Amino acid sequence: MSSNKNKPKVVLMQGNEAMARGALAAGLDFFAGYPITPSTEIAEICSIELPKINGKFIQMEDEIASISAIIGASLAGAKTMTATSGPGYSLMTEGIGFAKMTETPCVVVNVMRGGPSTGLPTKPSQSDIMQARWGNHGDAPAIALYPNSVSESYELSIRAMNLAEKYRTCVVLLSDEVLGHMREPIELPDLSQVKIVRRITPTKPPEWYQHYPDNPKYPMPKASFGEGYRFHVTGLSHDAKGFPTNRADETKVLMDRLRNKIAYHIDDIVQIENYQMEDAKIAIFAAGIASRAAKEAVVKARKKGIKVGLMRPLTIWPFPDAAVRKYLADKKAIIVPELNQGQLSLELKRVMGGIWNYEIRKTKKIKEIHRTDGLLITPDQILQSIMEVK
Amino acid sequence: MKKISQKSIHKYLRHDKKFPHVWCPGCSNGIVLGAVIRAIAELGLKKDNIAMVSGIGCSSRMPVYADFNTLHSLHGRAIAYATGVKMYKPEMDVVVITGDGDATAIGGNHFIHAARRNIDLTVILINNNIYGMTGGQYSPTTPYGDKATTTPYGNIDPTFDICQLAIGAGATFVARTSAYHAIEAQSFIKQAFEHKGFSLVEVISACPVIYGRLNKKGDAPTMMKQMKENVIPVKQYEKLSAEAKADKITKGILMHDTDKKEYTEAYSELINSLNKPEEESNE
Repeated sequence: MSSNKNKPKVVLMQGNEAMARGALAAGLDFFAGYPITPSTEIAEICSIELPKINGKFIQMEDEIASISAIIGASLAGAKTMTATSGPGYSLMTEGIGFAKMTETPCVVVNVMRGGPSTGLPTKPSQSDIMQARWGNHGDAPAIALYPNSVSESYELSIRAMNLAEKYRTCVVLLSDEVLGHMREPIELPDLSQVKIVRRITPTKPPEWYQHYPDNPKYPMPKASFGEGYRFHVTGLSHDAKGFPTNRADETKVLMDRLRNKIAYHIDDIVQIENYQMEDAKIAIFAAGIASRAAKEAVVKARKKGIKVGLMRPLTIWPFPDAAVRKYLADKKAIIVPELNQGQLSLELKRVMGGIWNYEIRKTKKIKEIHRTDGLLITPDQILQSIMEVK
Repeated sequence: MKKISQKSIHKYLRHDKKFPHVWCPGCSNGIVLGAVIRAIAELGLKKDNIAMVSGIGCSSRMPVYADFNTLHSLHGRAIAYATGVKMYKPEMDVVVITGDGDATAIGGNHFIHAARRNIDLTVILINNNIYGMTGGQYSPTTPYGDKATTTPYGNIDPTFDICQLAIGAGATFVARTSAYHAIEAQSFIKQAFEHKGFSLVEVISACPVIYGRLNKKGDAPTMMKQMKENVIPVKQYEKLSAEAKADKITKGILMHDTDKKEYTEAYSELINSLNKPEEESNE
């Protein structure tokens, strides 16, 4: 404890713990959750830490209640998170849609396990990639982040809290059983240097306050319950003041805003990482736990003299369309290893397919590696695919 | 009972919300809204400090008209949303407006668990024995044999006694009356607000346009009269013969326990115990 203050503090941490501690660093002060493997440690850590900092933790009766409670608390001014896995996430999807519709900030962690249904609770999976995008009914864009290390779990947890606050929406933070349970040394950042998006309280008199302003800026002032603004919140289609409406013009404004606030800020939201991509003839496109094996495969292939690179999205949704077109269009082949039956690759094919765009049809081949038996994709498995397409 | 004038009620209604409301002619929901507002006015609660939370259904449309911090949430989830609000800001007065279907069918789990925790929510449950908003399907309180659009041959489902359900789950203030007994409703709601802990006021209501029509109960005034005759005090009920009891409902304060610890209070004690400055050691 008495170590040099300027020296970064290195600690051994579990992925789930890093997500909890990252959120706490970003100002988390309310957590509601329900036990589910493999995410439970996040709730456990929050139950220990939150009361110490005057925050609140509550274990609800189910996942539906958990998402409901965090949205309620967020409306009352809290920075909120809940954590779950596949079956619980399915139960939460209606609430996630409500948070998006009512533009209420919150973060939902999904530590992915094998599915469908109860599936493989103690095995890793990446099969909720599409659910993170399309889980809720109705049209609403999604923000979903997916780290690939313990330290990145910490960083992206802060980022998820910030994005939720800035864009007033539900942000999904993806993880998986291996990432959530493995331990790695991480360097804790100096929190005074970490950018935290705080809630801006409105200065307008209450009678002028619009909870859903016509010309939104991100971030924008936002009132909470009990502050004198007395606004209305409903999952019904609503006008600028939040009152229900059936009018086509008012509904159009609402629906356009929900889409555009993400679509117009893609550069701010999307993060990717390129590894040895400059001279690569073959690219691997992988996220989360699968990208760790992919990186290893790149190193192995390079040793054999094969020019392979890795492109890794840290933001899964919105999908990095522009980056995919920019960096992958001229590759001879793209290998997509993932722990599902082809969810990222489906999206990649949407972008790369481009029947109307000859330029991005130069890619000869998209090679998919699927694995849904509860085991990880190995570097050698990817290397084998590299040998096949080279 | 303090008399609250019509004029002072207007102070609690939203002026920027487009009336008329969504409720049918003869619906009891307006009477209950009036009783809630009168109770709040009587207690002198601050509008800024009240959060009114509802789910989905006819009764759940109430918050939009009231000038409080209002949240019209998802079907069945009002109590869970309200739990989040109350946990984060225990100093707020959180009132939940819900119905028989919303609170005891789809939301039954949240209802019993909030009662078990004894979290300080004031739940006003308007029981009209039917799903009105979707056109008249049977609910957990539709009487045996009654007609609904989904019980064309008569209802065979046994019903919930909502107050007994709440008491069994651990609620510490439970009262029932009807929309006919509006003054009593106001009094019960007032006491529910004053009570520290989970409180439930079940208000038996009339739905002449849907439930009444399907079951040939007569028009709105007739249904009012039925509530007057059928919703009776517990003592009066106990004197009746088994046969006479059949279509009667008890009213009154059925549970009032001030000993059980309130949940947000217990949590703040927990916070205080953790943040207590360490006692100096004598050694």
